[in-house]
Amino acid sequence: MALNQTLRPGLIQLRVLDLDKTLDFYKNVLGLDEVARTSDGRVCLKTYDEFDHHSVTLRLADEPGLDFVAFKVDSEETLDRMATETEAFGYPVEEIPANADQPGFGRRIRFKISTGHTFELYATVALAEKHPGLKNPDIWNEAPRGMGVIRLDHFLLYGPNIAEAERFCTEVLKMYVPEVCNLPDGSRLATWITGNNKPHDLAFVEYPKPGKIHHVGFLLQDWNHVGQAADLIAINRLKKDIGPTRHAITRGQTIYFWEPSGNRIEVYAGGYTASPDNPQRAWDSDHLGRGLFYYEGEMIPSFLEIVT
Amino acid sequence: MEAPVFHTITLAQSGETFPCGEEDESVLAAMRRANAGPIKYGCFGGGCGVCRMRVVSGSYHSFKPMSRAHVTREDQSNGIVLLCCIRPTSDLTLAPAGVQDARKLET
Repeated sequence: MALNQTLRPGLIQLRVLDLDKTLDFYKNVLGLDEVARTSDGRVCLKTYDEFDHHSVTLRLADEPGLDFVAFKVDSEETLDRMATETEAFGYPVEEIPANADQPGFGRRIRFKISTGHTFELYATVALAEKHPGLKNPDIWNEAPRGMGVIRLDHFLLYGPNIAEAERFCTEVLKMYVPEVCNLPDGSRLATWITGNNKPHDLAFVEYPKPGKIHHVGFLLQDWNHVGQAADLIAINRLKKDIGPTRHAITRGQTIYFWEPSGNRIEVYAGGYTASPDNPQRAWDSDHLGRGLFYYEGEMIPSFLEIVT
Repeated sequence: MEAPVFHTITLAQSGETFPCGEEDESVLAAMRRANAGPIKYGCFGGGCGVCRMRVVSGSYHSFKPMSRAHVTREDQSNGIVLLCCIRPTSDLTLAPAGVQDARKLET
């Protein structure tokens, strides 16, 4: 993997309206394992195939949406350097001590970017109690439940001034941009950004209101598992948004739906192998619908209009 | 077995009506089933705010929480609801609560 200091998005904290009902979805439909509960009632979860302590934290609140996303970087030295460079970029940095509010996590830095989203960075996190095997390992230890998602993969964020957010990700986080979508005047409508060989670790769409999340993406094994996810959406009376279909952008095979608190989830498989030396792919905004929904060949209005 | 109790939901602007059961999934689900009204999609989870409307008359039961980003306490006392979170307990009349486009909804 072409890893360049920022390893991956490793933690996301989401607000939910109904903790019990939504937690049941994350555990039994998406297939995450509950790892810990905090003293203030938040619930920490991870996939069966992740090594780190947890990757998803749910917090009961009176509106759903995103509290923050956190990226794992490759060393404490990188974390220090990025803290300095983030301040120099113009975003004030707050330091959160180890084990303060996310069990198992080392110190984190926190700041807000141009789009109104709170980002965090960390380098150190405990190995999960239940992690994939290390010595002559089987493919799993306990059979994956439900959709059996493999990892927290990426998220799509909506907010203003994504051009600056993209520049922050490349200049400070040392990520790169495999794919973009531009308006006729040349300005960014959307951008797909990664720090490794995945086609995206995160994406942005330009949007007037700050701090919104379109979806959280989890990885599935293959197209058959996208079909199984569709079955589980139907069986569990969840509201499907789009798919199963294919993205031309990222090439992922995908389905979108809403969890019980109204946060949109994507589960997807495939996608191309990105590399920082490949040329950037560019979409004109009037082709974005086909780029996103390749089989439908046109934009699906809910994609641009519904966020939490 | 008792027959399900249905109520008539009226959209004040268009005059359209559709039935919704007391045990139905939600007023929004009934509206979609009838292909009535202006709302074509939504999260159905009380989160996105796209199905925000005002109940002009009638009574209802809120069976799940609505995002405060879209229904403030003041909104609530003025009959503003998210249709995906309510079931009718009488006939209802609904009116627009403001802009339906989520891009323009104030939070």
